[in-house]
Amino acid sequence: MARITASVYTSHVPAIGAAMDLGKTHEPYWQPMFAGYEFSRQWLRDNTPDVILMVYNDHATAFSLDMIPTFALGTAAQYQPADEGWGPRPVPTVFGHPQLASHIAQSVIQQDFDLTIVNKMDVDHGLTVPLSLMCGEKDPKRDAWPCPVIPLAVNVVQYPVPSGQRCLNLGRAIRKAVESYDEDLKVQVWGTGGMSHQLQGARAGLINKAWDNRFLDLLVENPVGLSQVPHIEYVREAGSEGIELVMWLIARGAMADVDQARALPKVLHRFYHVPASNTAVGHLILENPA
Amino acid sequence: MALEKPYLDVPGTIIFDAEQSRKGYWLNQFCVSLMKAENRARFKADERAYLDEWPMSEEQKQAVLARDLNWCMRTGGNIYFLARIGATDGLSFQQMAGSMTGMSEDEYRAMMVAGGRSPEGNRYLGEDGDAQPQHQPQGQRAGKEL
Repeated sequence: MARITASVYTSHVPAIGAAMDLGKTHEPYWQPMFAGYEFSRQWLRDNTPDVILMVYNDHATAFSLDMIPTFALGTAAQYQPADEGWGPRPVPTVFGHPQLASHIAQSVIQQDFDLTIVNKMDVDHGLTVPLSLMCGEKDPKRDAWPCPVIPLAVNVVQYPVPSGQRCLNLGRAIRKAVESYDEDLKVQVWGTGGMSHQLQGARAGLINKAWDNRFLDLLVENPVGLSQVPHIEYVREAGSEGIELVMWLIARGAMADVDQARALPKVLHRFYHVPASNTAVGHLILENPA
Repeated sequence: MALEKPYLDVPGTIIFDAEQSRKGYWLNQFCVSLMKAENRARFKADERAYLDEWPMSEEQKQAVLARDLNWCMRTGGNIYFLARIGATDGLSFQQMAGSMTGMSEDEYRAMMVAGGRSPEGNRYLGEDGDAQPQHQPQGQRAGKEL
């Protein structure tokens, strides 16, 4: 039986990818931010899963205003890094896991979540930056990412975005789907994007450290309570693009304690840093108790 | 019954809802076209001619030509889409976001290094924070001709 072993949470700021691609990670501006991922890179080497299910948002890349799916699950065999306007990031092709992805799609739709099935798309920094942060630099030709990745793209571009409660419940449905897959696979669910930031208007640059850290506390200790926070609070307190944080509730909902009377997941690592470009960076690794 | 829009009183912020999306459809689709290198080259070679290939409003075209992202947003642009214009110009996301504040690039970067903009006074219209209309433009250019 497949099982979810751990969840990882991280911001996916495009400038982080640029800093890695341009060899700037040791500059004084970036060094403290990357130091927060040293533990994580070793942990991932020691705990490489068979598959990563990556919850991220597409930034008007694969999905223009022609189509805006709320939840889109990738069932393709591979995904190319997208050209977001600066040219594609020089990182390896992302290989998918079509069998498990199709199984998750079927199971989750039968649990009343309408997923859009995607068999062809490019993936933008929302998906590739978390891989780079957790895996380090990879040569696009010689290297590969450490395991297949199933992309789950969530609309946080056009309002309204899915509620926190719906995201938490989707995570629960994903856990059931994974646990009903016969092959013995270790799966990690990664929730990405967010921590406070606003990219628009006179209010650009908003950072709310107190709110972000409270979010991290609640995500670990009281995810059900956190799932009740309305969108408007994210916007007022964490900036208009801070709404990306609802995606973290999908990964959290996939952890075993949410539905079962089990102990909270173990916090293996927690990190917070300001700034990376326009945003705060948050990062957590949670592991299900054995 | 009218839709509930509790986000209309957040200062310095335009939430990209269905109404904005409808207004900005062609502007944002133009931005998407800049994800192809050949389209970026064609746009750079003759911006006006390239814009005229799109059924955008004249105001939207003027806003793009002026590289005024706040103006673009008022006409339905969304920052994730508008970022393609900045990328075409070789700008970072920080340069783009900073350009919307009225602050200089250095002022904006310094604010971020110092921990970013405080939420205090910037949650509701009518408070007294630095993102409120009565404090615009911000930075050293405040009160000067922009």
